[in-house]
Amino acid sequence: MIALLIRDLRLALRAGGGFGLGLAFFLIVTTLVPFSVGPEPALLASIAPGVLWLGALLACLLSLDRLLALDFEDGTLDLLLTAPLPLEAAVSVKALAHWLTTGLPLVLAAPVLGVLLNLPVAGYGWLVVSLALGTPALSVIGTFGAALTVGIKRGGLLLSLLVLPLYVPTLIFGAEAARRGAAGTDVSTPLLMLAGITLATIACMPFASAAVLRMGLR
Amino acid sequence: MTIEAAGRGDYISIMSIWKYANPVKFLALSSRVQPVLWALAAGCVAVGLIWGFFGTPDDFRQGSTVKIIYLHVPAALMAINAWFMMLITSLIWLVRRHHVSALAAKAAAPVGLVMTLIALVTGAIWGQPMWGTWWAWDPRLTSFLILFLFYLGYIALWEAIEDPDTAADLTSILCLVGSVFAVLSRYAVQFWNQGLHQGTSIPVATGGRTVADVFFYPLVISMIGFGLLFLALVLYRTGTEIRLRRTQALRARLEREL
Repeated sequence: MIALLIRDLRLALRAGGGFGLGLAFFLIVTTLVPFSVGPEPALLASIAPGVLWLGALLACLLSLDRLLALDFEDGTLDLLLTAPLPLEAAVSVKALAHWLTTGLPLVLAAPVLGVLLNLPVAGYGWLVVSLALGTPALSVIGTFGAALTVGIKRGGLLLSLLVLPLYVPTLIFGAEAARRGAAGTDVSTPLLMLAGITLATIACMPFASAAVLRMGLR
Repeated sequence: MTIEAAGRGDYISIMSIWKYANPVKFLALSSRVQPVLWALAAGCVAVGLIWGFFGTPDDFRQGSTVKIIYLHVPAALMAINAWFMMLITSLIWLVRRHHVSALAAKAAAPVGLVMTLIALVTGAIWGQPMWGTWWAWDPRLTSFLILFLFYLGYIALWEAIEDPDTAADLTSILCLVGSVFAVLSRYAVQFWNQGLHQGTSIPVATGGRTVADVFFYPLVISMIGFGLLFLALVLYRTGTEIRLRRTQALRARLEREL
């Protein structure tokens, strides 16, 4: 498992692409928002938590189609399927690697981009906490979507259509927590719900992803 | 049941539903039942809608706009029940591998999609004069929009995969996972925004209702009519899917023999 994780991380770092691309996309989305809604600081401050969450979510989505597609093309997935390691574990490791290379950088970059959007000072801490809690769920659910579309040619668009509705609860609770944090009100309820969703998806989704992969590659 | 058939008959009577997992038996039954179903569905929908539209008084506050309820509520009901049906048939496919079941799920999806669309559109048409807006980010409206997206994704996945058995497998899992997330979204959305939409008019759990009898009876008939219409449509479409699958199999065999 650790070998697989190290391999995935090394591939992501050395082959470029996913690692920097997600961050760059996040930056661009955040830059474009003031152009589209106007530069008033009060307006930007009020929408900042939501925009940052949406940007992080879309950046996460962007890198999903590479998550399993490359392994499918070069045959690694077939090897993983016959390996002594359960496919559920392999899929979990894949999701973890995706989070480490995409989710974690997004979490760390979010406060910097918050400055651009005039995020209230009280919001920074809760923004980072909510993103740190929520992005693992995005990676795990995304892995399921990637597993569903792995054998399909030009599955990228289909992947977004399948995954985005599944992201709804995570986005609602995550953005709500960040918004309440920025407004200085009580964040415990959405934060607890977000943590619950993340833990539940980590516990359950690898089984669905592995089942889907086995069916798709049969 | 005759006595000599009893030995085998016991088994058959226990497994009676599964008999129709055989496409031939299913088609035979469905073609026998369908004319009756279509007639009943047309009758109920016609009676419900005509009675509802012409036979009921205007509401004292909502005026004649209240009459859209005879389209809106039954369509919404069937939109949710269609997904339930897909969930059950998907489970049956995953557990017992009956092709009819998978094809029924496939056949129900577009019907459910259209029902969701009808509910959304009639809701918007009613909401404009009543709430003063075509759309509000109300929990119920939002949940239906999300349900609409789930239907779209489900149908798109069916279309995208070439191998029919793999497609049935993957869409079944998507349906299961999607159901969990749809329920989750429903409650998340409720938490996210307080509603404009009124509560249910016919709460089954409490037995009471907030609709007067004049409006209630045509509504029930209309709901039954939509249920029957859905059933007839699904049977018809499932039959089409089975025949389509058969044609494909025959064509594949022909190509191999040539």
